[in-house]
Amino acid sequence: MRFLTKLCAGVTAFAAAVSVATVALAVDISGAGATFPFPIYAKWASAYKGASGNGLNYQSIGSGGGIKQIQSKTVTFGASDMPLSTPELNRYGLLQFPTVIGGVVPVVNLRGVAPGALVLDGPTLANIYLGKISKWNDPAIKKLNPSVNLPDQVITTVHRSDGSGTTFIFTNYLSKVSKEWNDRVRFATAVDWPAGIGAKGNEGVAGNVAQTAGSVGFVEYAYAKQNNLAYTKMVNKDGKTVSPVAAAFAASAAGASWDVANGFGTLLTEQPGANSWPIAGATFVLVYKQPQDQAATKEALKFFQWAYDKGDQMADGLDYVPFPAEVKQKIVASWAQVQGWNGGK
Amino acid sequence: MVDIALRHDASASPATARLRRYRAQDRMFFRLTLACALLVLAVFAGVITSLTVGAWPAIKAFGLPFLWTEAWNPVTEKFGALAPIYGTVVTSLIAMFFAVPIGIGIAIFLTELCPRPLRRPIGIAVELLAGIPSIIYGIWGLFIMVPFLQQIVMPGLIYAFSGIPVLRDLFAGPPYGIGIFTAGLILAVMTLPFISAITRDVFETVPPVLKEAAYGLGATTWEVQWNVVLPYARTGVVGGVMLALGRALGETMAVTFVIGNAHRISESLLAPGTTISASIANEFTEALGDLYAPALIELGLILFFVTVIVLAAARLMLYRLERRAGGRT
Repeated sequence: MRFLTKLCAGVTAFAAAVSVATVALAVDISGAGATFPFPIYAKWASAYKGASGNGLNYQSIGSGGGIKQIQSKTVTFGASDMPLSTPELNRYGLLQFPTVIGGVVPVVNLRGVAPGALVLDGPTLANIYLGKISKWNDPAIKKLNPSVNLPDQVITTVHRSDGSGTTFIFTNYLSKVSKEWNDRVRFATAVDWPAGIGAKGNEGVAGNVAQTAGSVGFVEYAYAKQNNLAYTKMVNKDGKTVSPVAAAFAASAAGASWDVANGFGTLLTEQPGANSWPIAGATFVLVYKQPQDQAATKEALKFFQWAYDKGDQMADGLDYVPFPAEVKQKIVASWAQVQGWNGGK
Repeated sequence: MVDIALRHDASASPATARLRRYRAQDRMFFRLTLACALLVLAVFAGVITSLTVGAWPAIKAFGLPFLWTEAWNPVTEKFGALAPIYGTVVTSLIAMFFAVPIGIGIAIFLTELCPRPLRRPIGIAVELLAGIPSIIYGIWGLFIMVPFLQQIVMPGLIYAFSGIPVLRDLFAGPPYGIGIFTAGLILAVMTLPFISAITRDVFETVPPVLKEAAYGLGATTWEVQWNVVLPYARTGVVGGVMLALGRALGETMAVTFVIGNAHRISESLLAPGTTISASIANEFTEALGDLYAPALIELGLILFFVTVIVLAAARLMLYRLERRAGGRT
């Protein structure tokens, strides 16, 4: 019995020592959500660990999962590619802010068509995904590509079978450019696709497009670039034909108004501007305005502050587009609403 | 009882003490195995309960029509299970259509006709097929089988059946390469080893004297297999097919890769579709809204019942077969 008491005391002392040590040495910031920004968050986290000693434990379980986890308060911050609406944010007392911008690009598998050789516009893309344009030599596609040799081949559309921010951005774009799409399908992280085949994840869509002759799909820009897929050019709102490059994604963010009131929930699809890529979107982070653990939330915000300061080059390297400096200032200023932030001091 | 035990204790004869120990061991063993058996029942009940609880919002919202509604619209939150149920059943049927005859063929060859030195290598190769993880089948299916089917097999099928009324609709174009038929073929490959390995084992239990007698009467190899070996081993064969069917109904990863994941029912077997397990695997992580996740959990509940019904039907068939065979002798 005496041995047992001693053991208990020993264990308690040890546990106390360990917990004191962790508090003193380093904090692990916990977050969960969108898969799309995971590569850049991971890269930022490893650099931040070197700079501050604090680590980040980010589970890329998907935007839906991220929203659920922050609502059940199991993580310090949630991440979502789909911005929550102002009423939703208010209902849960959440603060929302964007971190980086990405672009979605259509990719095709057509014999003899190189990356960037094919041009599409919004209504045509919507009609292809509605199943109304079913052959590659359709007059609508021919009109946009007079110099491309288009085969008499059936178009197979490929879409995401899992819910995703990519789908949200893409369907939001189609809803803006096609009334019929907006009436029949609308936009969300998962929709009732009128036609085509579904594949899981960006890699699944890329794989299916690569395997299926005559197919068209949509993936995150980084995927198209890294896998050397035959992306298409798009006709934007100003009627200009643009290529999917980082500058074009940044251009679509430049014209947008970023408003604290709606949690910076601006959708970047079909933005005006001669250089704007029409299918772009930001990815968002969610924290509580009145967090249960103020210190943890403060550490999370400090991480993002550091990322806004020092992380632009890392984002560029991974084909994400960082925000302009004035938007970043607005974002950091909005953190004043978070209890315990105190400007990060 | 206690009294007797005490008295025996008092006498302390070494033989009775040992006997008592054995009895206690037996009791322990009985309780241990009982606990194992009860654990299965508890898990079974727990799974049903938690699935029902999780699916309750969807059950309440959609009711029974969930079973025969084809719509699956996350935007308007209108969900129905018909397309995934159809896909699950049809892909499994296609798999059995190919795997049962081929599996039994392999078993007959291995037990009766195969030259001895080849017997072990072929047997081991078939069993190795069962050990390949399903994701490997999925990747292989998508990257190797799909282009082959799309460019060669499917156009051939569409052309060959274009004049035949019902088959014309079942094998209508365009050839995506991906779809219900492809998923069925992958499942056939995956379930083949179960059928052939079990069938071979039961064929080996057929007493040689029965076969020798049949050969002695002048029966051909075909007649011996069909009239002697198969009827003798039918219980085991049906058991193997049931096991294979169970795997086909629940298989997720490989199917997801090649079925096309479209919530539609098409006349053509070559068109994309979805299965219950593929839908759940695809959509669960990002199921937002009040009814989306419950609808997926209800799909899981349905799969549970589909499997139970199919296995019960197989048992019933087996029972009928046995009774008929029993009546004949």
